[in-house]
Amino acid sequence: MEETSQQFTRPIKTGADLIVKSLVDNDVEVLFSYPGGAVLPIFDSMYELDPPFSNILCRHEQGLAHAAEGYARVTGKPGVVLATSGPGATNTLTGIADAMLDSLPMIVLTGQVGTGVIGTDAFQEADVIGLTTPISKYNYQIKAVEDIPRIINEAFHIATTGRPGPVVIDVPKNISEAAVREEYSGDFYLPGYQPTVEPNISQIKRVVEAIAEAEKPVVLVGGGVNLADASKEFLEFVERYQIPVVNSLQGTGAFPGSHELALGMAGMHGTYAANMAINDSDLLINIGARFDDRLTGNLAFFAPNAKVAHIDVDPAEIGKNVKTDIPVVGDAKAALQALLEEETVEVTFAAWTQECLANKKRHPLWFKHQDERISPQWLIQEISERTDNQAIVVTDVGKHQMWAAQFYTQDKSNKFVSSGGLGTMGFGLPAAVGAQIGRPDDTVVLISGDGSIQMTIQELAAVRQYQLPVKIFILNNQTLGMVHQWQELIYSDRYAQSVLDGDLNPDFVKLAEAYGVKGIKVESEDQVPAMLDEVFGNRDAYVVEIMIPATEKVFPMVPAGKANTEMLGVDPL
Amino acid sequence: MKRIITATVENSSGVLNRLTGLFARRTFNIESITVGTTPDETISKMTFVVQVESAEEAEQLIKQLNKQIDVIKVNDITDLPIVKRELALIKVKVSKSTRPEVQSIIEPFRTNILDVSKNSITIEVTGNTSKVDALIDLLTPYGIIEVSRTGITAFPRGTK
Ligand SMILES: Cc1ncc(C[n+]2csc(CCOP(=O)(O)OP(=O)(O)O)c2C)c(N)n1
Repeated sequence: MEETSQQFTRPIKTGADLIVKSLVDNDVEVLFSYPGGAVLPIFDSMYELDPPFSNILCRHEQGLAHAAEGYARVTGKPGVVLATSGPGATNTLTGIADAMLDSLPMIVLTGQVGTGVIGTDAFQEADVIGLTTPISKYNYQIKAVEDIPRIINEAFHIATTGRPGPVVIDVPKNISEAAVREEYSGDFYLPGYQPTVEPNISQIKRVVEAIAEAEKPVVLVGGGVNLADASKEFLEFVERYQIPVVNSLQGTGAFPGSHELALGMAGMHGTYAANMAINDSDLLINIGARFDDRLTGNLAFFAPNAKVAHIDVDPAEIGKNVKTDIPVVGDAKAALQALLEEETVEVTFAAWTQECLANKKRHPLWFKHQDERISPQWLIQEISERTDNQAIVVTDVGKHQMWAAQFYTQDKSNKFVSSGGLGTMGFGLPAAVGAQIGRPDDTVVLISGDGSIQMTIQELAAVRQYQLPVKIFILNNQTLGMVHQWQELIYSDRYAQSVLDGDLNPDFVKLAEAYGVKGIKVESEDQVPAMLDEVFGNRDAYVVEIMIPATEKVFPMVPAGKANTEMLGVDPL
Repeated sequence: MKRIITATVENSSGVLNRLTGLFARRTFNIESITVGTTPDETISKMTFVVQVESAEEAEQLIKQLNKQIDVIKVNDITDLPIVKRELALIKVKVSKSTRPEVQSIIEPFRTNILDVSKNSITIEVTGNTSKVDALIDLLTPYGIIEVSRTGITAFPRGTK
């Protein structure tokens, strides 16, 4: 094995060596890993072979998986995870399900007990294939050492092509220990997997014809445009026809938030202008959004007058939730390029655009300053300004997530990292770790809540260990805020289990310091500018605990089951 | 409405599980599944009979099946000219006096008698679902001890 001896100091001897080699062959730069008995042969092989990728330790396997997602989101490369069998593997499940719903490329290698005892409830055995089949794009259990190169190559191919997603590879311990006697082929064999990348041109022409016929078109931009790295083409398309743009949560940043034609996010906590534009449109062009129910509201009232064109790389998304008139299966970038290659039709939507922009002006997102207390929306606006609308913004899940989406004007693609599909509290801190590792020179801002951060706060250890200059803002409203808001508005103020005041919360500053990370606490608006000067004035990590009023709500809000036009709190209350 | 859907899949372990899991997760109601290998032993053929609410739901099901990595080809053959067959094994009670009666009932169904004992006979019947249903109906009064049905397997007829 000549190639091998060039790459590594000793020849490939075991299944574990083959795994390490295959990772290197697939250009892995970072491995997020946590050891355990079933994967020790792989760790030992890395110790010996010294592969050129870095190995990042989180403090919980859920952290590994979310870190891999954060890394994947900002780099476009698959995040690679290695966890041990049984409890290690089950700890990755939330991250796998999260990556699946938000279509992030990820490879999760899990250790497994030896093939001889699989199925006997052996020590640290869990049925990883059974557990991950419904939440992964695909999964494998390696049955023979000679299959390793093929399976790993296939896994990378599946995870990164078509609609990206997580692929799980379960590795029994005796397979990683097995002797390698010859060179094994890494050639793919995937007769059933042929994703459509290039769109059908006659369907593309139909989109252009629909634009020619439309009077009130709107473009909905989704995460697919971010994933396909197609924001440049998207901008050109929008500017060519001057069509107003609304975004899904995952589409944040795919179109510059400060662009004149940006109407903001649509859906449950979307802007008035975005929801009304969809409601009044006669043509809705969806590029790379999956018509999630948080976006559409009650389907019976969604885009009632619009012809719908839907561009998606996953054919099963088209027509799944919303009836589609012009289906286009293909990669967002390829589809946008094809749209741009078509001859430009002469159209003007000036009157319609003016109407949308007037809505944007008349009913902007709003907040009120409460005495001297810190308005979270204002704080996020300040952070947006300080970072030139260019930081990588990572969020957890709750009200702070929606405020971040609403008030951070994200101008850059692939710089908004948030758990949209699964809505996973605890996503934020490890995802910020992964994002900072993927983009070491960027400013990474984490907006979290006092509830969410406590789900994975141990990853502060990784922040310190790898000297990651992550700026962590904990918006402490002493509640599980989003739940609290629902309880206030829908469950007549019955705040079951959602209040974290008094000594129910830890001292976050001390906690940060215990992990060796700088902590600051601010309670009034006048303390904020100096705090921001300090935090953004150097390359250290910070945990900033910001005390905010528990009563501050996310508005507008479409009550569940209602049409998106039935928004509450559009104008200041 | 009832749809008959065939899938050509890779014959690897876990595929059936993957597909039935997909049906369950997406709340499609399976009436029957048959699976067997093809002359190419790396490939299996599955026939699903499913109840769906609408044409859109059937289309969604086919798209979801097609999306599976192990699935090579999916066809909704419901509206094509097809051959479809189901096999059932039926064990029915007989006594000395009812035996000739039972035999005369099953005769027009072109069945095979697989096993005979003092108190029962076991019959093999193949045909479309209504034929199998009819036979079971006719035998019920005598006392059916056990029935095992395979569900439908099907494919399009040869073209002229
Ligand atoms: C793992 C997990 N458990 C429960 C929930 C339900 N949930 C959604 S938002 C929320 C409250 C979030 O509180 P916090 O992180 O403090 O953010 P806030 O809403 O106060 O900004 C809860 C409990 C969830 N999304 N994820």
